[in-house]
Parts: sequence; C-alpha cells; structure tokens
Amino acid sequence: MPALIDTNISLSRWPFRRLPGDETSDLVRLLRKQGVTEAWAGSFDGLFHRDIAGVNARLAAECRTSGKGVLVPFGSVNPMLPGWEEDLRRCHSEHHMPGIRLHPNYHGYDLQHPEFARLLDLAGENKLIVQIALSMEDERTHHPLMPVPHVDPAPLKDLLLARPALKVQLINVFRSLSLAQLEMFSGLPDLFVDIAMLEGVGGIEELLEKIPVNRILFGSHFPFFHFQSALLKLDESDLGWFQREAITSQNAITLKK
Amino acid sequence: MSHRPDESADLNFYLTRRQWLATSGALAAGLTLSTSSLPAAEPETPLELGPPAKFEIWDQHCHLSGVEGKTAGERMDNLLKYADRLNIAKLVIYMGWPFATNPSAEELLRQNNQVLEAIKGREDRVLSYVYVSPEHLETSLAEIRRCIADGPMVGVKLWVAGRATDDAVDKIVEEATRLKAVIFQHTWIKTTGNLPGESTPLDVVALAKRHPSARLICGHAGGNWELGIRAIRAYPQIKLGIAGSDPTNGLVEMAVRELGADRVIYGSDAGGRSFASQLAKVYGANINDVEKQLIFADNLKAMLAPILRTKGVAS
Ligand SMILES: [Zn+2]
Repeated sequence: MPALIDTNISLSRWPFRRLPGDETSDLVRLLRKQGVTEAWAGSFDGLFHRDIAGVNARLAAECRTSGKGVLVPFGSVNPMLPGWEEDLRRCHSEHHMPGIRLHPNYHGYDLQHPEFARLLDLAGENKLIVQIALSMEDERTHHPLMPVPHVDPAPLKDLLLARPALKVQLINVFRSLSLAQLEMFSGLPDLFVDIAMLEGVGGIEELLEKIPVNRILFGSHFPFFHFQSALLKLDESDLGWFQREAITSQNAITLKK
Repeated sequence: MSHRPDESADLNFYLTRRQWLATSGALAAGLTLSTSSLPAAEPETPLELGPPAKFEIWDQHCHLSGVEGKTAGERMDNLLKYADRLNIAKLVIYMGWPFATNPSAEELLRQNNQVLEAIKGREDRVLSYVYVSPEHLETSLAEIRRCIADGPMVGVKLWVAGRATDDAVDKIVEEATRLKAVIFQHTWIKTTGNLPGESTPLDVVALAKRHPSARLICGHAGGNWELGIRAIRAYPQIKLGIAGSDPTNGLVEMAVRELGADRVIYGSDAGGRSFASQLAKVYGANINDVEKQLIFADNLKAMLAPILRTKGVAS
C-alpha cells in the first residue's frame, strides 16, 4: 500500500457540533479505510481549553492507545498562557511529539507578538515542526457569539528569514490567504502548506504555479471536513507520479526527519 | 470523455431510481424514500472514480467564472475537462463573467449570451439557467422568454440583486413556473452579515407559500446549513442545494435526516469551488448508495423532467 500521510486531522470534539468521526476509534477506522498510513493529530480541545497540559497528555495517550500506529500527536501550545514553556517542553521531552499546532486566532494573539517569536525560538531549539492553523472554519459560519478572525501570516516572512532552520507548516491556509498572496513567502524553503482549504477547479495545478511541489502537504482537516475532499483534489488536478508521491507522503517524511 | 453512464449500469452498485423503486422492499412496504430505515452504508472507499463510475453525477451549480479561457466555449471545455476527471456526467451552468452582483439590464443579456455560447454544441453535457434580476423585471421576463420559452435553458438563477421577497420576484417565479422551469435562489445566513439584496432560506419559504407549484432550490443550504435545513424543513416543494460551501462533515447527514434524501441536490459552484471538495460532501456522507444516487443526479433529473419533455429531451 502506498504511503498516505494526512498532516491535518484533529481529535476530540469540535465545540459547536458533533462530527461523524469524532470518536477516535471511528476516526482511525475511516482513515485506514481511505488508505491513510499516518495522520498528524491535533486536538479540538486545544482551541479553548486552558489546561493545555491536560489536553496534550490526553492527546498523546489517545494516539498511543487508539491510534493503531497511524496517529501522531501534535500538541497545542498557547503562548498567552502563563507557563506555556512547560507545555512545549512536555510536548517534545515527555510525549515525544514531532511537532506542535498553534491557533493564534483562537488564542488571541497576532504573529507580531513577542511571545510568538520566543515560541518559535524554543520550538526551533527542540527541532519541533510548528503547524500554524490560519483558520478552522469559514468566517461566515462562525457561531455568532464566537466570531474569530483568520490569522494573518504576513509577519512570518521576517520571522522565518531570521530562523532558517525552523520548519513551519501552515494548515487551513486558503480562506485567510489567496494563492496570489503566497508569493510573499517565495524564498522560504522550510515553509509548507496543506491543501485542506484549497478551492477552485484544478486547485493543486494552480498552487503548483505559485510554489514548488516540495512545499505542498496532504492535509484534510478531517473530521471537520470530509476526508474525501483532499483525496479527490489529487484526481481533479493533473499530477504526475512524482508530484503525487511528494504531496501524499515524501514531503511529510522529509519534514518529519 | 471519461464518463460512460451506459457502462455504469453493469455495476451492481449502480441502480437507477427506477430500478431501485422496483426492487426495494422498503418501498413495497409503503415507506417513503426519505426513510432512515435504509441500511446506512459506511463511506466506502478507497474511491474508485475511473470509468465505469459507481454513481451518475449531475452538477446543478457551475459558472463560467473562475475557470480559464478567452471565450465562453474555451471556459466550458476547461470546466468539462476537470469534470471528466471526477466522472461528472452533466453540468448546469448559469451566469457569465465577470460576476456581477447587481447587473444592469445590458449585463444580464451579455452574460446570458455567454452562457448560450458556452452550451452550443455541448448540449449532451451541459444544461443552463437564465440569469435574471428583480431590479430589471421587464428585461428578466424578456430573457426568460428568449432563453427558456424560445431557447434551450431550463431554469432561472436569482442571485443577490434583490431578495426573494421582492414583488418583482413574484412575476419572475410565475413565468418560470408556467414554463416548468427550475428556480434556483442563492441563499445565505452569514454570521458576518448578508448583502442588502441577499436572500435567506426563510425568504425562499415565503416565496414557496405564495407559489405552491414553483420548483424551488434553496442554494448553498443557507450557508449556515443547520439553520437553512430547519428553515425549509416543512416545505417539501423546496429542495436543498448543497453547493458552494466548505465540505463540512455532517451537512448531508443532517439534510437527509431532516428533509429526506429526495430533497437534497448535489452541485459544486465550480470554477470558484473545487469539484473535489463538493463531491466529498456526498461521497463522504454516512448514507447509503441509493441516497447518494438521488443526491448526485436523480433528484435533479426528476425536477427537470417536465421542462426537458417540453423541449423534446428525455432526462
Ligand atoms: Zn454559484
């Protein structure tokens, strides 16, 4: 079976509705059925819970006990919480996670915040992949009491130029950022994007006109989105075997090395 | 062309609505198609999309915007190229380019001409609706005459120039209904606030009450679909269009649970949207294959059958 690495899934509960697949056993079964060999799992609990250490401990345990060798935990870190450095330490030292997932908009900071720069430094020192979710859902469908602006990734350019060894992946990119705006990140070899929120006919073909294939990762945003959305995008665009393999597995393998 | 619907009949997965009606014990027992007593199939995959296809797919919601091409014909061929890769048999298109939320009378004509040009010679693959606006009632009625009564189009598209509660919409709906045309009304309930002329599903309900025989499709499931589905629930005459929103897990399941699979209609909103993301809403839903086939094509075919017959085409 060819490798298929989904870099963008979440465990636990979306706060505003139950999702088919939000029980870990169902989620793993559905992913395996689709041919997923590895899935990088954050936790929906990381959006609002303030006991992030508890969130990450549960995430790590869930991946270990119910992940069937497929789930790889990516813990949440909220640099607006007191003592967030300890959460980050536990992610790499205790839970042996390859990376962390950030939700700057749900945690109430923009990317110019000095704590964010410190977080990038600490993540870099510990060789953690940093996933930044630019959105979780369409702004037009937010709960009316909970409108959350998308993350503006523009400040990342200078931050990453100053940290050439740091590996950053943007997930749920394209409601916040247009394809044309991606050009601002040209020349940053270690910035990756996923395809979960890529829209338009032949979206991956369009994306390939903007960034090289080795920067694109398969990500579904399952179970909030249907997994098949990302999967079918591989067929909607005319991809050669090399491009397909890069997007579905090789780039993720290289990133995680 | 990669889609070969004739061959798909060989697959035991594939049942036409008629075949299913003939064989279903549930129906023989007098249950309706929307019954949830049908065995719920798990989303079966890996998806096998190569021909022959498991499902026949008609896409109720496509545009000439968001796809490359200098001419309408080039844009249409490009759209079909992507549709072929995902085994979509037929596309319904409306509106030309660039998108105009409040088009002038001249602009309506120009965009309808673009659509007429796009479908020419591709009638086996493409159907179309006429773009009208309550802001230009006389032109809209004349366009319905030119494009539907005297032309090849089979429905009307109402977008965001004025709400479905506008008096002028009554005249448009009356005329479209007289011609057996489908009426597609864009709807959203945006957390961020609707445009002044943007209808909600409740506006479509008001329209349905005034025009009980109108063939209405409530577009985008109201965007916030948990609200949109509830709004139209009590009005079986209104079908739910599921195109043009993120591929959010649970939409189709709730729609089938609350409305029945025979009221849900697949569409994409391509070229602005990906065919892939929108197909996933149906492929990925935890409903059975008979329900999926209704949503993918059979419900739309049933809606269009009367007007297609007036044009001498069997759906
Ligand atoms: Zn549309």
